[in-house]
Amino acid sequence: MDNLMHGKRMGRQTLIFSNPGAVISSAVIAGPLEGRGPLGSCFDIVLEEDTWGEDSWEKAERKMFEQAVRTAMDKAGLKAQDMDCLLGGDLLNQIISANFAARELKLPFLGLYGACSTMAESLLIGGMLLDGGYAQCVACTAASHFSTAERQYRNPLEMGGQTTPTAQRTVTGAGCSIAAGSGYNGDRIYGNVFITAGTIGRVTDLGITDANNMGAAMAPAAADTLAAHLSDTGRGVMDYDLIVTGDLGRFGSEMFLDLCRDKGIDLQGRHMDCGNEIFSQEQKVDCGGSGCGCSASVLNGYLLERIEKGELRRIFFMATGALLSPTSSMQSESIPGIAHGVVLERK
Amino acid sequence: MANKNITPEQKEYQQHVKDRMPRSKTFSQCVRAFISGGIICCIGQLVRNMGETLLMLNEKDTAAFTAIVMVFLGASLTGFGVYDKIGAWSGAGSIVPITGFANSIVSPAMEFKREGFITGTAAKMFTIAGPVLVYGVGSSVLAGLIYALLKP
Repeated sequence: MDNLMHGKRMGRQTLIFSNPGAVISSAVIAGPLEGRGPLGSCFDIVLEEDTWGEDSWEKAERKMFEQAVRTAMDKAGLKAQDMDCLLGGDLLNQIISANFAARELKLPFLGLYGACSTMAESLLIGGMLLDGGYAQCVACTAASHFSTAERQYRNPLEMGGQTTPTAQRTVTGAGCSIAAGSGYNGDRIYGNVFITAGTIGRVTDLGITDANNMGAAMAPAAADTLAAHLSDTGRGVMDYDLIVTGDLGRFGSEMFLDLCRDKGIDLQGRHMDCGNEIFSQEQKVDCGGSGCGCSASVLNGYLLERIEKGELRRIFFMATGALLSPTSSMQSESIPGIAHGVVLERK
Repeated sequence: MANKNITPEQKEYQQHVKDRMPRSKTFSQCVRAFISGGIICCIGQLVRNMGETLLMLNEKDTAAFTAIVMVFLGASLTGFGVYDKIGAWSGAGSIVPITGFANSIVSPAMEFKREGFITGTAAKMFTIAGPVLVYGVGSSVLAGLIYALLKP
């Protein structure tokens, strides 16, 4: 790859960070069901009940967002004045969880909406800010909450009804990565994790209209971004220990592998989906977890640690988002998806 | 509108998804709906019989009494957080009877309490049941008109 670099871009959609930022800290706040899942011990705080003592689930979600950032900052001994930028978002209208948390945190703030791709989008932009010298220390965050998502997108919780087999469960979780530029000399919990490149996704829509089948709706975007990344960088799947997707779930992952095969990309057992990892089969969550908190929790609680320890050398972290709204669905529109990816590796 | 000019790539993918999607267990769900719906209707019949024999109500009052009790049961079970658990097993069996109608009104009323009693509870109460009321009342008006015009 090094001999194909021309400035900061490579190919159509990929950015190369020649002065890469390093992820120095992370934190995850997770809900009770997530805490009982296979990765429960990886999370910094597991809530006993999903309102976390607040009056509403929305208030709980913004508290989770805020505390994910604060916990990550505390772990690296950082104060507000050390942070140059907070990047992040959530699934709610007008990203109120992120906005109101940012109000409390009082950091310069760039709110993002990428639906469930927000964690990757925030790392991508954070990586750009650090590589370009526009910031020395950034916090990249995403949060989601099962109950707030149900209220906004689906049916009231007390309504009796059945889920379809392709439905996924929105994860109650908030995850934050703190990344710093090369000049950073302070404390850190990670010393070996770098954001070396990123691929900006394009909106991809193969016409899936079923809002209960998000995995199938988003899989084309993931395949598109992976293909673009590999073509832009001249790399192959073998150059990565893991190709991680955010929340395609069981069926979406199957569709993703099929679409990649059609593009001549064989994932050779190197694919991992955060939605499949966060809940166990026994927890009966249909096709797996979803939501931007899903990829945020798995990355910040589990994957970064594995890179740090050397179990993983290089991963391509691709979170996928379904860019629909309840209104677009009611107007019989299909579900467009997007996937952003960042390369996280040891150096 | 979606899929106005559907490309071959889109068509192929949609067919692929359709072929490979995990299927709902339709037969067992139908059986469950039959059993649970049947049980709810039997309870309704019991209530009706009580109305007729114990309370000695006339035809019209019995019907009203039955509906009142069943709606009350549906609403209470929703309030106690039990109806959604029944629904997860029963599917259509608990949605279709009048208890399901009560559930569809009480559940958003409960959910949106946090946005206040006016803009929350009262405004959102009929988000699910609204179409049932509109088209139910509408079609009965139509049926009534036709009856009025055609009766001998």
